[in-house]
Order: sequence, then structure tokens, then C-alpha cells
Amino acid sequence: MGRFRDWLKARPAFERESRRRAKRALYVGGPLFLVFALTGAMSFALIWVTLVALALYIPPWSMLRYGRWVVPIGVFVLAILYPFYLPNLFEVPIFGEFPSVDTGVTMLIYIMMALGLNIVVGYAGLLDLGYVAFYAMGAYTAAWFASQHFSGVTFHLGSVGVGPDVPGIHVSIWLVLIVAAIFTAFVGVIIGFPTLRLRGDYLAIVTLGFGEIMPQIARNGDNLFGHNVTNGPQGINPIDPPGFGSGLHGAIGLPNDYLTFSATIFGTDISSVDLFFWTALVLVLFTVFCSVRLRDSRIGRAWIAIREDETAAAAMGVPLMRTKTWAYAAGAAFGGIAGAFYASFKSGTFPDDFFFNISIFILCMVILGGMGSIWGVILGGGFLAYLNQEGLANIGGWLNEHFSGQSDSPDKWFTIWASDLDVPLYQFGIFGLILVLVMLFRPEGLIPSSRRKAEFHEGVQDTPLYDTQQ
Amino acid sequence: MASEPSQLERLQRRPSVSLSPLTALGIFLVGLVLVWLVVNFVKTPADFYELFLIGMTNGAVYALVALGYSLVYGILELINFAHGDVFMLGGLLVATLVTVWGLDSKSAGVLWALILLIGLLAMAFCAILNTSIEAVAYRRLRNAPRLAPLITAIGMSFILQNVGLVWLQIWHHDVRPTSVPDVLPGGTVFTIGGVDYSWRRAVVIIFTIPVLLLLIWLVQRTKQGKAMRATAQDREAAAMMGINVNRTISFTFFIAGALAGAAGLLYALYITNVRYNEGFRIGLIAFTAAVLGGIGNLPGAVLGAVLIGLIESFNNGLGWFTPGSDWSQSIIFSILILILVFRPEGLLGERTPEGA
Repeated sequence: MGRFRDWLKARPAFERESRRRAKRALYVGGPLFLVFALTGAMSFALIWVTLVALALYIPPWSMLRYGRWVVPIGVFVLAILYPFYLPNLFEVPIFGEFPSVDTGVTMLIYIMMALGLNIVVGYAGLLDLGYVAFYAMGAYTAAWFASQHFSGVTFHLGSVGVGPDVPGIHVSIWLVLIVAAIFTAFVGVIIGFPTLRLRGDYLAIVTLGFGEIMPQIARNGDNLFGHNVTNGPQGINPIDPPGFGSGLHGAIGLPNDYLTFSATIFGTDISSVDLFFWTALVLVLFTVFCSVRLRDSRIGRAWIAIREDETAAAAMGVPLMRTKTWAYAAGAAFGGIAGAFYASFKSGTFPDDFFFNISIFILCMVILGGMGSIWGVILGGGFLAYLNQEGLANIGGWLNEHFSGQSDSPDKWFTIWASDLDVPLYQFGIFGLILVLVMLFRPEGLIPSSRRKAEFHEGVQDTPLYDTQQ
Repeated sequence: MASEPSQLERLQRRPSVSLSPLTALGIFLVGLVLVWLVVNFVKTPADFYELFLIGMTNGAVYALVALGYSLVYGILELINFAHGDVFMLGGLLVATLVTVWGLDSKSAGVLWALILLIGLLAMAFCAILNTSIEAVAYRRLRNAPRLAPLITAIGMSFILQNVGLVWLQIWHHDVRPTSVPDVLPGGTVFTIGGVDYSWRRAVVIIFTIPVLLLLIWLVQRTKQGKAMRATAQDREAAAMMGINVNRTISFTFFIAGALAGAAGLLYALYITNVRYNEGFRIGLIAFTAAVLGGIGNLPGAVLGAVLIGLIESFNNGLGWFTPGSDWSQSIIFSILILILVFRPEGLLGERTPEGA
């Protein structure tokens, strides 16, 4: 009964907060809903989506006893069911259709990388401009251990989808993910050891250097002292698909081989891309779990202490080098897992996938969402990856349909530009603009972590040079 | 592990250890490079001279860009990532003007005047652009955590790259690298070891040296230069002495931009090829040069730029035990990393209390 009495006492606060959030939802969502109604996109599915979103957002769940689990579990269940209700979803004005499951996999992989980078940038406050190096290393780990690249040896360990006589090293993708994590973490330590002593902006430049060197090694690696390590510009493909093998397939019905899998559940055809989607979801969940546990652990608190004031942290006995190296290694490991999984998903790895721009792209996700904020990074990562994959093309299509001189659609409003714009061409300008605008006007990101917000608004004395008021 | 030496032993041993293993390793590496150069020189002297001249010329262009990084870093402690892209836009402006005005090496009479005019336009354009970037993007963040302006600078760099891309689309109807008409004179100045030193290359040096002298005069001899040095040393104290800090910083960005414009002019005319994403690469090379020489140190930036130019051209062209141009970027970044790790103050810089 005591619990019930507590609830009665807390109820006014609960209702007050609910009303506040409902009002906010009305201000943001009301006009949006009106847009939908006016453009004729109103549908049954839209009403469902709205109701679910409101149910997750409006009640201040965290005030309830187990309430802090409601929103994460709700979002996770919605994500799991995504392939099932996707075909029934409505079209969003301007943005077009909801992202396909294939795009969903890429979004999840980018979310995972953004969460990994968030450990380095958001928690420990070390600006890493070469994160793509770890992504590349993870991808090449998958390429080395699960393809026909090293055709001189024949080694099979739990691989699926390849015959037992196929040459090359073929290790199960699940093991490769672990190997990639360990390998990239190890490389992260090696890179970090000499460089983490440097001051913030110098560290940024050095990591950028590594981020530039790594793709060059990948590109020229078809003849490293006479060895073909990376197969040069052609890249390495095909890479084995994931799968659980016939043993687990027979015992508990897990898919044998992702590529050849097909089934029908609830009247929806399930293919390999759905399996990749769910696997990526599990990996993201794992990353989130590790992020939360790391953040609240002793080492996580040490990271935050270093971020806020390095000198004070050192004075309180935090070993700077070791703590920073751990941040680097942890961030690198998630980048490696994401890279290995992406290589298996795309069934290949190519040096041109690892441009410097991708490091900035991932950084942009972390900064847009909010450094150090897990929800923020998930939102930022998902949204920007979606924009990159589908969103910009869709928006460009919409803009051209309505404003281009070449458009002959009945929806055309008036001509602003004579020939069609290629909107995806401007993606890096758009990402640059996001970086600048967020830093100038909302440096704590869209969904800030309260601690980081305070740092940006009240300022921390991370160097004595910047505390002068002009 | 052996037992720890006592305090006394350590104190006694210190004077005798004059060469730390790190220094020894550095000297060894530099020695290897020297041996490599000498062997190559003996094997193919003509190539060596040729590459030396190429390296000096590229180094002059890098020096102009590197000085911009150094100036801005000296005064704000900010790595202005957008600087390379300002340089690139200067190059694009030159390319567009040369193409639109239909210049080529035959229109000799008015040519020099026009090139000078184009150069001044490019310098003014880049200077104004750089100053506005500072006013719009960096000024608000002067008291923010250190990483904030750095991230903004990266964002600005991407925006400028996209501006360059749109520029190429509008004026040259193609986003691919655009060639610039060759307007530099062709004759030979002198011949060294059977290699001709052409006017094309001489022009770059002839243009660079007065600009450098002017800059040194500006920083060392004028009142504005004094204000810049004072602001770089201690912004608060400078403000108390009545220096308008905001204006001084704007002026520094103005000068850095003008240097980038000059570099853009030389690059477009000498390389005769511009592309919208070139600024980032050249910017990093120039930044490496600035760090190599000691960032914030102006003669150091020039020295570093010349060294980097030479290293790059030797690596691209020499025959004996040379990685080749596939690896030149990796080599330059390795130098950057090694310098930052082992000697962050650079060749000519002074060690600051912070160690960098």
C-alpha cells in the first residue's frame, strides 16, 4: 500500500508534467498534423503512428517505478515490427515514403558508429576526426576472415553459405564481429598511445591524419612489400553472409544462411534484408547497453571528469593516459563491429567507402543529436543516415516536381530554377551547415544530455585561455 | 624489472645522458633520409635538380597557405579548417576570370597588368571571405569550449567546398577538375645541371618573396602588427592596453585570406588545373608545413612549407627506394603525426608550458 500512497502523492506532479508535454506536442505536432490533413496524406496508419508517439511522449514515464523502461522498450518494439507495418505506412509530405528496410539497416549501422564515436567525443571529449579508420579496419577484418581473399589457405570455422572446399579463410561472421572489435580496439590503443598526450585540437589533426592514411593503405595495399593485403582499388568481395548454420537451424529454427533465407510471418514475406535489419537492431541494442553501462561505470565517470576539466581530474587521481586510451579503444571497437557487419551486409569492402567525409558525417550525427546523449545520437544518426540514403533524393524530387522548369507534373506550383537540381550533390554543404548552425545556436544538440548542456552554457575552464570576456 | 635506481643515482646519472633514445631515433631517421637523398643525387643528378626546382615552387605556394594557418593559430589558437577552402575559392575565381576574359600567353602586352589585377581581386575576395567567416562563425564561439570553433571550422570547410562545386557548375558547367588557360611565360631563366629553370616557376618565387617580405614588415614594423603580436600573446592584457581585439583578429583573418588568395592565384596559374575539393588536401599539407616549422611562427611556416614541398616532389619523382606518389599523402601525414608526437613545438617554435 505504501507504493500506492507514494503514487497518490506524486500524482499532481505527474499530471502537471503530462499537461506541459501535451501542450508542447500540440505546438509542434498540431501544425504538422494540419499539413497532413491539407495535403490529403491523412490515413489510418498516420493516426496510429500519432497515437503511439503521443502515448510514448506525453506521460512522464520516468516518474513511475519501472517507467524508465517504457519508452526504450516501446521504441525497440516499434523498430522490431518495422518490416511488418512498413508497407501500410503513409507518405510524408516533402520527405516521401518511409525509409525501406534496406536503408534501415544502413541507418542502424550508422547509429552504431555514431554511438561508438559518442564514447570518444561525447563522453571523453576527445575530438576524433579519423573515426572512419576504425570502420575501415572492421570491414577489412571481415574481408580477411570471411572471404576467398587468402586463397592460399583453406580454413573453415562455422561459416555458412560456402562449400567446405572453397579456398580462403571462412570464419563465422559472429566470430568475425568479435575479432573485429578486438582488433580495432587494439589498433585504437596503438594509435592512441602516442597521440592521446596531445592537446584537443592537435589530437583532432592527428586522428584526421590517420583517417587519411588508412584509406590510402587500403587503396595501395594490393602490393605491400609484395603481399596483396587489401586487393587495392577493386576491394574484396564477396564476403560471406551471416548465419547460424544447420545445427541451430534444426534445433531452434534460427536462420541457416541469411542470403538464402525466406519465410512468411503474419502474411509478410521475410527475406534476408529483414534478418540483417533485426541483427543490426540487436547490435545497436548491445551498443546502447554498453554505452549506458560504460557511462555510469567508474571509467565513464573518469571520462566525463576529464572532459570537464583535465587538470582537476588529474589532480583527483584519474590516470589521464589510461582513461583516454580506454575511451579510444571502446569507441574503436564499436566502429570495428559496425564496419565488419556492414561489409557482410554489402558483401564486399572497397577503399572508396572510407573517405574522410564519412568521419565528418558521423561526427555530424553526434553533434546534431547531442554530444554524450544516447537518445540524441540515435536520433541524429538515424536521421542523417536516412537523409544521406533516401531523404535528400526524395526532398530533391519533391522540390524539382514543384519548382523546376523541367517539371510537367500537375502538382507544379511555379518555376524557380530552370533545370532540375541535383540535391544529393549538396549533401556535404548541408552537413557542414548543420555543424555550423548547431554549434552556433544549440551546441548541446537536439536532445541534450543535461550535463553537457550546462557545460556549453555556463562554460567549463578547460583551458585558461578562453575564460577572458571580450 | 631491475630494482629502481635511488634518487641520488638518478641525479648523478642525468648529466651524462645527453641523448635521449627519442632524439637518437629522430636523428637516425633524418640520417636515413639524407642518405636516401645523396644516393639518389649521385644516381640521377638531373632528376634531382628538376625535382628540387618543382619542390621549391610548390613549397612557395604551400608557404602562402601555411602562413594563413599560422597567423590565425597564433592569434586564436584555432585550426582554421576552412582556410584551405578559402584558398581553393581564390583559385576558382582566378580560373573563372582567366577563362571569361579569354586570356592566354599570346596577349602579352596587357597580360601582366591583367594578371596583377586578377591577383588583387582574388586576394581581396579571399580576404573579405575569410573576415566574414570569422565574424559569422567564429566570433560568437570565442568563449565556448575549445572544440566548438574547431567543429564550426570543419563545417565551414564543407560549406565552402559545396560553394566551389556550385561555382564550377555555374561558370564552367562541369564539377570535374577544370583546366585553366596557360598564361605564364615559357622561356628559360637559367640552366642548372642540364635542367632548365623556366620562367613559369620563377614567376611563382618572384611573386612569393615580396609578399613574404611585406608580411614580415607588416607584422614586425607596423602598429597593427604590434597589436596582432600583443593580442596573440595575451588577449586580455592587450584589451586592457586599449587594443581593439575584435578588429585585430578580423585584420589577422583579412591578411590570412589575402595570402590564401595570392596562393590561389599562383596555384591556378602554375598548376593550370582547379577542382572544388582541392582546398582540403592542400590545406592539410599547408597545415602540416605550419606545424613542421612551429605553428604560430612565421619564418617556421615558410621553412616547413619548403621542406614539405621538397619531400613531396622527391617522393613523387625519385627512383631509388621511393614509395612514389601513391603514398605521398600518407608520408606527409606521417610527418605531421611524428612532429606532433615528438616535437610539437616544431622546428623553429618554442616549447610552451602546455607542451604544444
